[in-house]
Amino acid sequence: MSKILKITGLEKTYTSGNKQLTVLHDISFDVEQGQTFSIVGPSGSGKTTLLGLCAGLDQSNAGTVELCGQDLSLLNEDQRAQLRNKEVGFIFQNFQLLPTLTALENVSVPLELQGSKNATAKSMELLEKVGLGDRVHHYPSQLSGGEQQRVALARAFANAPSILFADEPTGNLDEETGEKVIQLLFDLNKENGTTLIIISHDMELANRTQQILRLKGGTIVSNQTTSVL
Amino acid sequence: MAWGDAKASKVRLLLFMASIILGIAAVVSIQLFSTNLKENIQSQSKTMMGADYIIDSRQEPTESAQAIIDSLNPNAYEINFVSMVAFPKNGSTKLVKVRGLEGSFPFYGKIQTLPEAAANSYQASGGALVDAALMLQFNVKPGDSIKIGDLTLPIVGALKSIPGSSAMSSSMAPPVIIPYSSVEETNLIQFGSRKEYQYFYKASDTLNLNRLKNKLEPLLEFENADIKTHTDATRRLGRSFENVGRFLNLAAFIALLLGCIGIASSVSIYIKEKLKAIAILKCMGASRLQSFLIFLIQIAAIGIVGGLIGSFIGIGLQTLFPYLLKDFLPFALDISISVKPLFIGVFLGLFMSVLFALLPLLRTWYVSPLEVLRIDEQAVQEPIKVRFMVFAAILVFLFLFAFWLIQNLFYALAFVMATVITFMLLAGVALGYIKMIKRFFPKHWSFTARQSLLNLFRPNNQTVVLVVAIGLGTFLISTLYFTKDILLTKVEIGQTTQNANIIILDVQPEQRSKVVQSITDKGLPLLNNMSLVTMRMHSIKGRLVNNMRQDSTTQIRRWVLNHEFRTTYRDSLVASEDIIKGTWTPKLNANDPVVISISDNLASDANITVGDAVVFNIQGVLMETTVGSIRAVDWSQIQLNFSIVFPKGVLEEAPQFHVVTTSVPNETSAAGLQRELVNKFPNVSVIDLRQVFSLVEDILDKVSWVINFMAFFSILTGIIVLIGSVRTSKYQRIKESVLLRTLGAKNKHILQITAFEYVFLGLLGSLVGILLALVSSLCLAVFVFKEPFSPSIMPFVVFLPGITLLVLAIGLSNIQSVLRSSPLEILRREG
Repeated sequence: MSKILKITGLEKTYTSGNKQLTVLHDISFDVEQGQTFSIVGPSGSGKTTLLGLCAGLDQSNAGTVELCGQDLSLLNEDQRAQLRNKEVGFIFQNFQLLPTLTALENVSVPLELQGSKNATAKSMELLEKVGLGDRVHHYPSQLSGGEQQRVALARAFANAPSILFADEPTGNLDEETGEKVIQLLFDLNKENGTTLIIISHDMELANRTQQILRLKGGTIVSNQTTSVL
Repeated sequence: MAWGDAKASKVRLLLFMASIILGIAAVVSIQLFSTNLKENIQSQSKTMMGADYIIDSRQEPTESAQAIIDSLNPNAYEINFVSMVAFPKNGSTKLVKVRGLEGSFPFYGKIQTLPEAAANSYQASGGALVDAALMLQFNVKPGDSIKIGDLTLPIVGALKSIPGSSAMSSSMAPPVIIPYSSVEETNLIQFGSRKEYQYFYKASDTLNLNRLKNKLEPLLEFENADIKTHTDATRRLGRSFENVGRFLNLAAFIALLLGCIGIASSVSIYIKEKLKAIAILKCMGASRLQSFLIFLIQIAAIGIVGGLIGSFIGIGLQTLFPYLLKDFLPFALDISISVKPLFIGVFLGLFMSVLFALLPLLRTWYVSPLEVLRIDEQAVQEPIKVRFMVFAAILVFLFLFAFWLIQNLFYALAFVMATVITFMLLAGVALGYIKMIKRFFPKHWSFTARQSLLNLFRPNNQTVVLVVAIGLGTFLISTLYFTKDILLTKVEIGQTTQNANIIILDVQPEQRSKVVQSITDKGLPLLNNMSLVTMRMHSIKGRLVNNMRQDSTTQIRRWVLNHEFRTTYRDSLVASEDIIKGTWTPKLNANDPVVISISDNLASDANITVGDAVVFNIQGVLMETTVGSIRAVDWSQIQLNFSIVFPKGVLEEAPQFHVVTTSVPNETSAAGLQRELVNKFPNVSVIDLRQVFSLVEDILDKVSWVINFMAFFSILTGIIVLIGSVRTSKYQRIKESVLLRTLGAKNKHILQITAFEYVFLGLLGSLVGILLALVSSLCLAVFVFKEPFSPSIMPFVVFLPGITLLVLAIGLSNIQSVLRSSPLEILRREG
């Protein structure tokens, strides 16, 4: 299997006044195409920073990130944006939907950015898949948390991404709704053959992925495969 | 708590303070200037006239008038007239106002001369005091001589100033003072020449001038004389500065109003962002009053500090006004600084901040602790009754403020109404625009264009506030620009050979052909050769003018009853006039009934129309006439226009003098002609319109400078409001732009979305502003200036793109941080 994400010697440091704060130190790991992968660790361990670097949302101080065969450090912001638009999907803990757009319009955004001609039809299809066929014209403020996260899910899969990053996807949802969303996430992932990277506190959720990377204080504690297949 | 919270939001609050500072600075500077002007006018009222009261007459006083004048025992008297003078030293000539003075005028203030002693010695020594600027212009010095008519006098001093004369009137016809006894020797006091007799009086402090005036005025008026007291002079002066004052107050009012919008808009967004924090405070047990007070204290403190800074800036600014207006003022303006404006500034700053922030502030009162769980826009609306009361309080404040500024109930009401209408129109257009976009949303436009349109009606959108702010700023500057155009068109200058630029007045019948010959010998065109006959109205529609003067209920304007009309006779219309009623009669035969043509303004002021009878007194001979036609006359064209025109064949034998006009190509030619005419015909007056043109241009330049300066002030406040409004929306936009970036939007997309949005806003606001300015300027042209309105395209080709670009630049500067920072950094910061 080819590697969709290859991290080598990654370092991330923030400067606060005269102080240097190292958030990530010497991080190296690979993710296979189609794999489900989770990053776990306590608060402040650098999980979200790592996700940002992997997805090209931020730049490292040292080391390389190779996403979909492209070294992100060699790309400028626009090229990284283009790569994200083509290959990457996102799901956030607080949904991050555009408040001025309806559910349908939110899902259409990645397709619109690609210049897709049938963005609306594709988005409708996806919303029906996540069970929101009757809520397509609702604004985020008119939807419940679970419904908003399902819209985010549909949006994440709209551009048929090669890799999907999910940052605490159930963090803002109750157990039952969270379970429904996760089931949907795994189903869509399976259906589309997408690589899935999940960041979570929830070990139960992490155990449902094929590999778990544990972070603590900005360094890798372990990187193990799980028995889930 | 209030302080801690304010520190965390200092950029937003600084912009809010800037709105207050600029508004207050404009109000304080203008108020101080107006107060100083008023106080100066009052304190210098006697000095400005130089006497307690004056009796004057445009003709030699009648026997009865002279009896009244003599019975009051004048302390000084003068005869003045406009005439050409020559300086034999270098042969140069100039039109001046010759004042022949007898007695120790002025009684208050003094004639300032160089050398100083000349002011007291010129009467005894028989010398002339010549305007200092004129002497400089023609390189003449004390000791040289001046030729006035047939008389040559030594110049004993340079006249720097004399009470009652401003730089503006002096530059039209600079004054030359000579002893009264020398006037006769000039031989310039002839029939038909324009002259004025003035008698100056010094009264005891106990004399009631108003009572004296009321008693004498009707008697003197009957004898074609007039009485003016020093208080009249200050009233008149006060009135002539009223318009300047009104304009400046209007500018201050608008600057403050824009400041108020700035306050309302920035506080509104600021509070919206704080709603969750307020809900948390309430969850923790804060009362409604406590949470309300936290923000009220912030706003009040900023209002006080802003008011204080604005007052200091205003005090600094007011020192500029006397410099800008010095040529219009007949006295030196003393600027005094008091603590009063500081109090006014601080009070206004505090009051307007709290009042205009009240509506958003009240939301803190009504916010529910439940909002911690979910912010719902609709849940924090205050009751309609409360909103209505706040709006009513705002309108009352605006009215009281306008009234305080201009001290006139009608104008204050008009200001507030105009403001409300402009606001409503701008807000209405913005809301209509939003509705239209929603209804006819262009679904097939590109993604970026659609996104930018969506931004215009997104939750927390700034469309209405920005369109009002941009529109109002554009409206103001465009109105000023269009108005300036109207004023400039009034004195449209014809520099072509078809338009006369030299007018020769007071040509006696026997001089007429020789004057014409002097012109044609020089190869210059003879443009006009008209006869002027002076006359007064004796009766109108059968009623004696003398009786009408006593009648306070008459609908005829007083000037018509007292005026000495200079009429002409000709057989054709000129370019500046058109018949609007009746028929033009070119010529009459002997014994035909006399029909005349009158101007439309005379028809309205004298309340006469075609067919009405008017009897004229022409040098003692009564002539019955009937109005045959009414002409619309374009008085704005600088040429000889007449309110009464007779047909040929009537006035040829009447006592008359002539006016000849020509056009000279340059300064040398003008000087040569003037020199020759003054040498050959000392009694004629030559007006070089080229000088008048440049003077008018100069005055208009200065007026427009002051206008532009104050307009700039309002515009600056408008820009601050704009920056404030756009920047407050920045915090809502960043997250959205970053999300788009995360989903794969390039910088180009973000830039395009933002650019389109602000171009839409800028174009809409400025276009509506200019269109409203067109309407208001049209109203000003029709109702105030009574002039045709031909709008300049300047606002459309310069202001429209210029303001749109400015809005675009401010908008784009907002998203710089989005373009520069990493998406993750902002996503984490914004939650």
